[in-house]
Amino acid sequence: MADAVFLALSVITIGSAIAALELRSLIYGSIALMGTLGGIAGFFLLLDSPFVAMFQLAVYVGSIAVLILFTVMLVKRELIFKKVEDKRRKFVGIALMLVLMVALGSVIMDSGIKTITTDEPAVDFRNIGADFLTYYWPALILMALILTGSVTGALILARREDVENEQRTD
Amino acid sequence: MSNELIDFVLVSVALLGIGIYGLSVKRNAIRMLFAIEIIINAANLNLVAFGRFLPHSGGQTLALFSIAIAAAEVAVGLSLIIVAYRMYQNIDIADFRSLKG
Repeated sequence: MADAVFLALSVITIGSAIAALELRSLIYGSIALMGTLGGIAGFFLLLDSPFVAMFQLAVYVGSIAVLILFTVMLVKRELIFKKVEDKRRKFVGIALMLVLMVALGSVIMDSGIKTITTDEPAVDFRNIGADFLTYYWPALILMALILTGSVTGALILARREDVENEQRTD
Repeated sequence: MSNELIDFVLVSVALLGIGIYGLSVKRNAIRMLFAIEIIINAANLNLVAFGRFLPHSGGQTLALFSIAIAAAEVAVGLSLIIVAYRMYQNIDIADFRSLKG
């Protein structure tokens, strides 16, 4: 059975996930998204994986959420607060969400994983480091190249060419 | 451990449902990115939960790779949104019409 910390974390995570999508202002929405990401980091701590939890805090809460916040600030003020949506489409979306949750939830509740518990000790994070440098080293290098390529691509995409040309003619 | 695997999986299913609702209803490009982030986090939670209960270090390793790839995806997605905002002066995806045929 779940304990009180788990229940509080799940209320925070799911509540702020709904808030991130439904709050009127995009700025408050991105702060609520930070709450969701921090709640997931708390779940990682409950699952005895502190290394992944710290990685989640550093990458998601520390960089991605701040990046989203700055992008939101670049957008015009009236667009941040504007909320365009179809009423009918919204009801269909909520129905889809509920059907999906009930269907997947009932399948999972009927399956064998309901009874799984463990008394074994957690995986030591030193094993993860050893895995990264032995078995997974090609994937690690590939991931570094993908990160470099995508960040360079993002910088090239977001560059403003008109401003650069104006400066050259001065 | 007092928590069971099923609790974490059910939280993950709830987050997946919320994310799919956001992707199908919202028309704001940044909100759709929020929904994608929520879905990716649900997947990571599943990976780490199953890795804890097996127990096997593969779950955490794969979750770390997934977090790093998600960071790259968000950087590219946000710069695409900025480019589209510069072209159309809007972040409503119904206005991004130049690929519409």
